[in-house]
Amino acid sequence: MTTPHRTGAAAGRRADGPRRRQVRGGAPLPLLVPALIGLAFLVLPLVALLIRAPWASMPELLTSTEVWQALRLSLICATAATVVSMVIGVPLAWLLARVEFPGRGLVRALVTLPLVLPPVVGGVALLMALGRNGVVGQWLDSWFGITLPFTTTGVILAEAFVAMPFLVISVEGTLRAADPRYEEAATTLGASRFTAFRRVTLPLIAPGIAAGAVLAWARALGEFGATITFAGNFPGRTQTMPLAVYLALQSDPEAAVALSLVLLAVSIAVLAGLRDRWMTAS
Amino acid sequence: MNRSARRIRRTLRVTGAGAAALVALSACSSSDSGSDSGASSSGGGSGGLSGTVNVFAAASLTESFTELGKEFEKRHPGTEVVFNFGGSDSLAAGITSGAPADVFASASPRTMKVVTDADAAAGTPVTFVRNRLEIATLPGNPDRVASLKDLTGPDLKVVLCDRTVPCGAAARKALTAAGLKLTPVSYEEDVKSALNKVVLKEADAAVVYRTDVRAAGDKVAGVEFPESAKAVNDYPITLLKDAPNADVGKAFIELVRSAAGQKVLTGAGFTAP
Repeated sequence: MTTPHRTGAAAGRRADGPRRRQVRGGAPLPLLVPALIGLAFLVLPLVALLIRAPWASMPELLTSTEVWQALRLSLICATAATVVSMVIGVPLAWLLARVEFPGRGLVRALVTLPLVLPPVVGGVALLMALGRNGVVGQWLDSWFGITLPFTTTGVILAEAFVAMPFLVISVEGTLRAADPRYEEAATTLGASRFTAFRRVTLPLIAPGIAAGAVLAWARALGEFGATITFAGNFPGRTQTMPLAVYLALQSDPEAAVALSLVLLAVSIAVLAGLRDRWMTAS
Repeated sequence: MNRSARRIRRTLRVTGAGAAALVALSACSSSDSGSDSGASSSGGGSGGLSGTVNVFAAASLTESFTELGKEFEKRHPGTEVVFNFGGSDSLAAGITSGAPADVFASASPRTMKVVTDADAAAGTPVTFVRNRLEIATLPGNPDRVASLKDLTGPDLKVVLCDRTVPCGAAARKALTAAGLKLTPVSYEEDVKSALNKVVLKEADAAVVYRTDVRAAGDKVAGVEFPESAKAVNDYPITLLKDAPNADVGKAFIELVRSAAGQKVLTGAGFTAP
């Protein structure tokens, strides 16, 4: 949650140009020791996964169609959820950052709620709203014959629900750090507010949007609770990698370790690749 | 695959033994008086037993075992029954890695075998109840589901348990026995979430245990089907080898298997073995 803020601030500071200062002469021990413990705490479980991986049977475990189906579905759904988040999340972030309205603090709290909500609760809430018998869902069903639970669309919605706050927070932070005078200048020169947003603001905050999109994508890829609650589990349609891992754990822990590694590798590859780009950009 | 599995199991066993030894030590020092008086009246009876007994039991036993626990505490003042309800697999994993349990009641012989293979059971487990599958439908059964075959129609949203969990394995067995092919909308991760998809009216029907249908009351309607006889699920119970309070554990198992205990269990929808 702090990362997007920092990224936003860093992106905003770019114009003035103070680069991050390095600590000279080595880190003091009282900081170094807990820092290394912290690092070990975060990395050790992942190393353990590597050590315990059933390397010999890995090729056999990973070439099953079910794994590929789940991985493919995970990538497609996480990407779609990120696109959904960008289409509606960026305008929402703009609203929160640029428009003064009563209850803005409350709205901001509501937007960030899915970050702290247990994902299962998110899934239940989605069922109550968009389920076949839900507040909105029953009309979708009776008017258009659309039901969302147990569908791939349901997976995308569940993932977007959980992941979008990451994007909103990141973009809002960037917007707050960005100088609004550029937009004002554009509007005084005759551009409409929307044109100013599209031509001036959007390019200005692009790094923040990219950062938020990567975070949202990664969160969507790892989504489990809301997905299994709202969309169920059917191979090829709603069974994403996290679901496959969980269910494999019930009967075949080795397969679960192997699947976890795949998800881990994909996540690291994407995060490392993209993070480098937007971190160095600032 | 085999080598690493063995290595994992060995490490688990070593850590488990260590944890069990610690637990046994602390239990000895804390409940000395309890085990002494328990030994003097080993028959069980009304008095003599005291202390806490830890019962690890399958989630599907929650309602009936809670009731039996209260009954047990009433019969044996000074005892306390503490339950750890959960998925049989994770309970078995806990026991084999040294969790301080006296009694294990599992929802399937397969998970019980995990415990007996690890040499953690005292004696041979006995089947104390059986559970059968039943179809749960929306209240009043608006789709007029009367048989397992009715679920295979294309208009019905049916959920099954995933084959990796016992209720899913049983459903699969029943469908195979009936020669039916059923494509559900979802394979749920456990029996309760399968049932809840019907309770929430998201699915039209689910294949769950009869006890779950019974526990859901009027939120679902139950439909029995003859093929369920082909997929009966046995529930074994056993005293554990490293039980900190073996006498009370033994007495609790006696109550579960007694006529009074069986009455509570059949009332919840289980059948006698």
